[in-house]
Amino acid sequence: MTSMLTYTFKNLPNTSKWALQFFVRPLSCSSQLRAAPATQTKSKKTLAKPNIRNVVVVDGVRIPFLLSGTSGLLTRTNVPKDVVDYIIFGTVIQEVKTSNVAREAALGAGFSDKTPAHTVTMACISANQAMTTGIGLIASGQCDVVVAGGVELMSDVPIRHSRKMRKMMLELNKAKTLGQRLSLISKFRLNFLSPELPAVAEFSTSETMGHSADRLAAAFAVSRLDQDEYALRSHSLAKKAQDEGLLSDVVPFKVPGRETVTKDNGIRPSSLEQMAKLKPAFIKPYGTVTAANSSFLTDGASAMLIMAEEKALALGYKPKAYLRDFVYVSQDPKDQLLLGPTYATPKVLEKAGLTMNDIDAFEFHEAFSGQILANFKAMDSDWFAQNYMGRKTKVGSPPLEKFNNWGGSLSLGHPFGATGCRLVMAAANRLRKEGGQYGLVAACAAGGQGHAMIVEAYPK
Amino acid sequence: MVASRAIGSLSRATASRMRRCPGYICRNFSGSSALRTRTHINYGVKGDVAVVRINSPNSKVNTLNKELQSEFMEVMNEIWASDQVRSAVLISSKPGCFIAGADINMLASCKTSEEVTQISREGQRTFEKLEKSPKPIVAAISGACLGGGLELAISCQYRIATKDRKTVLGAPEVLLGILPGAGGTQRLPKMVGVPAAFDMMLTGRNIRADRAKKMGLVDQLVDPLGPGLKPAEERTIEYLEEVAVTFAKGLSDKKISIKRDRGLVDKLMSYAMSIPFVRQQIYKKVEEKVRKQTKGLYPAPLKIIDAVKTGIEQGNEAGYLSESQKFGELAMTRESKALMGLYHGQVLCKKNKFGTPQKEAKHLAILGAGLMGAGIAQVSVDKGLRTILKDATLAGLGRGQQQVFKGLNDKVKKKALTSFERDSIFSNLTGQLDYQGFEKADMVIEAVFEDLSLKHRVLKEVEAVIPDHCVFASNTSALPINEIAAVSKRPEKVIGMHYFSPVDKMQLLEIITTDKTSKDTTASAVAVGLKQGKVIIVVKDGPGFYTTRCLAPMMSEVLRILQEGVEPKKLDSLTTSFGFPVGAATLVDEVGVDVAKHVSEDLGKAFGERFGGGSVELLKQMVSRGFLGRKSGKGFYIYQEGVKNKNVNSDMDGILASLKVPPKSEVSSDEDIQYRLVTRFVNEAVMCLQEGILATPTEGDIGAVFGLGFPPCLGGPFRFVDLYGAQKVVDRLRRYEAAYGKQFTPCQLLIDHANSPNKKFYQ
Repeated sequence: MTSMLTYTFKNLPNTSKWALQFFVRPLSCSSQLRAAPATQTKSKKTLAKPNIRNVVVVDGVRIPFLLSGTSGLLTRTNVPKDVVDYIIFGTVIQEVKTSNVAREAALGAGFSDKTPAHTVTMACISANQAMTTGIGLIASGQCDVVVAGGVELMSDVPIRHSRKMRKMMLELNKAKTLGQRLSLISKFRLNFLSPELPAVAEFSTSETMGHSADRLAAAFAVSRLDQDEYALRSHSLAKKAQDEGLLSDVVPFKVPGRETVTKDNGIRPSSLEQMAKLKPAFIKPYGTVTAANSSFLTDGASAMLIMAEEKALALGYKPKAYLRDFVYVSQDPKDQLLLGPTYATPKVLEKAGLTMNDIDAFEFHEAFSGQILANFKAMDSDWFAQNYMGRKTKVGSPPLEKFNNWGGSLSLGHPFGATGCRLVMAAANRLRKEGGQYGLVAACAAGGQGHAMIVEAYPK
Repeated sequence: MVASRAIGSLSRATASRMRRCPGYICRNFSGSSALRTRTHINYGVKGDVAVVRINSPNSKVNTLNKELQSEFMEVMNEIWASDQVRSAVLISSKPGCFIAGADINMLASCKTSEEVTQISREGQRTFEKLEKSPKPIVAAISGACLGGGLELAISCQYRIATKDRKTVLGAPEVLLGILPGAGGTQRLPKMVGVPAAFDMMLTGRNIRADRAKKMGLVDQLVDPLGPGLKPAEERTIEYLEEVAVTFAKGLSDKKISIKRDRGLVDKLMSYAMSIPFVRQQIYKKVEEKVRKQTKGLYPAPLKIIDAVKTGIEQGNEAGYLSESQKFGELAMTRESKALMGLYHGQVLCKKNKFGTPQKEAKHLAILGAGLMGAGIAQVSVDKGLRTILKDATLAGLGRGQQQVFKGLNDKVKKKALTSFERDSIFSNLTGQLDYQGFEKADMVIEAVFEDLSLKHRVLKEVEAVIPDHCVFASNTSALPINEIAAVSKRPEKVIGMHYFSPVDKMQLLEIITTDKTSKDTTASAVAVGLKQGKVIIVVKDGPGFYTTRCLAPMMSEVLRILQEGVEPKKLDSLTTSFGFPVGAATLVDEVGVDVAKHVSEDLGKAFGERFGGGSVELLKQMVSRGFLGRKSGKGFYIYQEGVKNKNVNSDMDGILASLKVPPKSEVSSDEDIQYRLVTRFVNEAVMCLQEGILATPTEGDIGAVFGLGFPPCLGGPFRFVDLYGAQKVVDRLRRYEAAYGKQFTPCQLLIDHANSPNKKFYQ
C-alpha cells in the first residue's frame, strides 16, 4: 500500500518545474472558456469569506484505479519536499503493520522526515476527510501547505486469524514453561484456522452495502433498466473523457512484473442487452443491483497539494480551484445508508448561500446506479424532505447534463479511501475545461454518513 | 401461561393505514356491479396476474370470518373463470398482518360439535380448491400469518414473505384448545416434515420468516424497505406485491418451478419417514412427551397427533374427516372455552381504558437495582424508554446493570437481537447512586425493600427532586399503596405497579389505584406498562391487592397440608397435575420463604381468621434456620448449581414433625387436597370482585393465570366457577368448612351464583 502512496506523492507538483507545466494548461483552454455559454448570473460572485484564509488546491494526481489484483512495489524517490507542513491520508481497511499509513508513505516518498503525517478514516469519504482536515489546518493558520489524499489496497486486505486462534497465540506468547505451552497447544482445534475476512458490511446492521443499495433502489422504485442505463452512461462518458485525454489527474504507475498502467482499466462500455443478462448480485433472484450497475472496488491512490492562497502564489503556483464550504451529515445506517448526498447537498448549498442553479459541475460518488438514482428521487421529493430531513421543500435533483460528465465511480472504480480526491479534482478540472464557477462534490459512506463540498474555480 | 404467549402475537399487529394503492386497472367483470362491492377484498389485475388484496374494514387485523370467506371464494371463482388471468397473488393491505387466524367468535356461536365440524369441512373444501388451482397462486405474506391464515397460505402454490420481525407464521390453535381445522394437520406435515409439523402444531410457536424459509414453509423472502417516496411500511407492501407478481408470472410461464431443492438431511428424513416402523416410533415418542407435559389436562395435543397420524396412515380422505370431527369435538370442550376466554381477556387487558395520558412518559427512573428493579429496567430500555437505575450501593447497582445486560445478551444468543442492537438498547440505561437527572423523570418506579418506613423515606427524597407531573409508582406485592402515599405531598400522583418476577418473563402487571390516584396517573401507568409489553389489570388498593390476596389463603392451606404430613414432593405433584405450572411447595421456595412469611403475617393481621389454616410458625422456623428457598440454596428442597433434579431438604423433617397436626381423613383424599387449595383461591378471588377490588371478572382471570399460574385449562377462577358450576364450588367449600371452619366459608357473591344457576360471570 505504501508503494502506491509513495508513487502518488512523487508525482505531486512540488517544484516550480511542475508548476510551469500547470501554467500551460489553463492557457491552452482559455479561449474555449470565454466562449462557453455557462456564464449565468450567480447568487454570489465568490464564496470568499472575510477574515478567513482562502484555501486552494494546487493540483491533484492519482494512479489509475486498477481492478484488484495488480499492485505493489516500493518506488523510492529522494526529492526533498520540505515545503510541506503536514500530510494527511485517508484509508479504510487498515494494515496492522502500517496503521499510520500516511507517515510511512511520506517517509517512503522522501518527504522531509520533519513533516508530520497522520491517517484518517471515514469509510468511502476518508479522502474527503483528509482534505477537509487539511482545509481546517490551513484556514486556522496552523499550516500553509498540506498534502491530503487517500489510498486503498483491496487486493491485499489483512485477513485475521479467528478469535480463538488469536487468543491461543497470545497466550502462547505468555506461557513460560514447556508444560504450559503444550497444554495450550493441546486445546487447538482445526476450526481455529478458519480466517476472518474483513467484510464490506455494516457493523451495526450486518448488511452488505450492495444489499442495502438494492433495498434503497426498491424503496424509491428505481427499475433495473434505469440503473443499467445510468451505468452505461457512466461508462460511455468515462470512455469519452479518457479518449479525449480529460482525465489529466492520472499518472502512469509501473506494476512490478507487469506492464506500466497508464489508464483506468475498469472502463467497459457495454450494451444494455449485455447488462440485462447479468443476474442480481445481492438480492437473489429478483433484485436489481448487478455487477454491471455497481461500482467496483479497486486499488488506488490519490493525493492533492492544498495551500493557503497567498502561499501558493508566493511559491509561484497557479492554483486550480478554491476549496469552499463543506458539510458532513449522517443518517440511519440501515434504510438510508447511501442517502448521504441527499442530506448533504441542501445543507452545503445553504451554508454557501447558493442554489442548485448556481452549480456548474456536479461530481457525486457513484456507489451504485440505484443509489445515485434513489438520491435523485429523494432530492426531488417534497415528501421526503419534509418527513425525513426536516426541510420545508425539496432541493431538487441535479440536471443530468452537468452531472458526472467525465464518468464516475461506476466506470472509473472506487478505491474506498481515494475516491474523494478524484471527485474534487474532476470538479476542478471540469470547471476549468467547461468554464463554470462552482462545483459541488458529494459522496455517501458506510455508517450512513455523507459529505458535500463546494469547489470554486480559480479565476483566470 | 403458555397458552397466551403465541396468542399475544395476534394483538401485536400494528395499526393499519387504510390506503388503497392506486396505479393499476381495476377490471370490472361483466355481471351486476352491485354484487361487486366488497368490503374485505379488493381485486385487480396486473397484466395477466390477478392481485387479491385482503383488508377487513375497521380492524387492525384480517380474520377469516364468514363474510371474508365468501367474498374470497367469489373472487377466486372469477379468477378461475377469467381468460385474461393466468395466475394470482394473495396479499393483505394491512402492514403487520396477513391473516391473523380464523374468527373464533364463529366457533363460539356454535351450539353443537356437528356445527363446528361443518365449518371445518367448508374450510377444508375451500382450501382444497386453492391447492388444486389450475392457475398458480402466490401468497405474499407480510405480518402475522397465523392459524387459518397459515392454512390458507400453505394451500397456495408458492409463498413469499417479508423478512421482518413482524412477519411470523404459526399454528397457535393448540393454545386455544383446538386444532388447525382447515387442512392444516394434513398439509403441514407434507410441507415441513412430520417432526417440524408436530413441533409447530403442538407448541403453537411463532416462526419467523427466515426460519420459515429454512424449513421450507416459505419459498422466498423479501427484505423490508426503508422510506422512499412514501412511508416504509406502505412501500414495503407495494414492493412485496411487485415481487410476488413477477413470481406469479414466472410460475404461470413455467420459468419458475414449485419444487424445492431439498438438502441431504431433508431427503434422509423423508426416507426415514417412509418406513412405517420409524413413523410409529415418532408417534409414540411425541405422544409420550405430550402426555407427560399436559398431564392429561389438555385434550387438543393428542387429537392433533391423531389427526396427523390418520392422514398419513390412512390417506387424505380419512385425514380430513378425522381433522374436522376432532375439531368439532375440541371446540365443545371446557378447556377450549377456558383458553379462548383467556385469549379474549388478554386482548382486553392489552388496551388502555383510561385513555391517553396528558404527557407521554419517556424518561423513567427506577429506585433499587435488585431483581425486580433491574427486571423493570430491562423491559423498559428494551422498548426505548430512557431509564435511570438508582441504587444505594455501587455493588448493588453493578449487579443490577449486569442483570439487564445479561437479559439482553441472552436475546442475542437466541438471535432475537443483534449485538449492536443490544448495545444500543443498553445505552438507554443510566446507572447511578444519586438523584441526578430525576428532574427530567416522567415516572419514578421504586423497587426498594418491602419496608414501609424505607418506602416513606424514598418517597420523600424523590418528591424533593422530581417535576410536578412526575408519577411515583411503588412496586410492592403487599404494602397498601394508601399507606405509602400517606406521606406524599401529591397523593394523586402515587400509584402501585406490582410486577411479577422474573419481570422479563412474566407478562402480568397489576396496577393499584388508591381513592386519591388521579385518572391521568392511572392512564400514564397503564401506558408505560403496555409499552413494556405487559398484560395489565387495574385493581383497587387494599391489603394484598388482588393477586397476593388470592394467593395468601392458598399458601396458608399449603402450610396446613404440609403440617398434616403430606410430603412436599407429593404436594407438588398434586398441584401440577391439577394444572398449576409450578408445584405449591416449590412455589414457596421460588417466592422466598421470608417474603411468604412477611406476607402471611401482614395479611393475617388484616384479614384475621379467614386467612388462617397452616401455622406461620413453620415459615418462621424456616427463616431462622436460613431456609429461604431457592435464593439461599435451601427451602423445602435443596438447590444446587447445575443439578436438575432437586432433592427434598431432609433438615425440614424436624421442623415439620414439631408442627405436625393430625389430618382430617374425611377431607384428605388427593382430590380433596387439590380442591382445598383451589377453592380457597377461588373464594377469595370472588370476594375481591364482591368488594370492588376487582373491576371485572376478566381481570381476575387474567391476573390469576398470568401472575399466579392458575391452571390455564380452567381459564381462571371466575371462568372455573362458570364452567364447573357455582353450586359445586359452594358444596365443596361447605364440606371443608365443616371440617376446618371459617376459612372455607363461601362468600356472598359465590352463594348468589350458586342460588341462581343462570347467573354467570361471563354471559
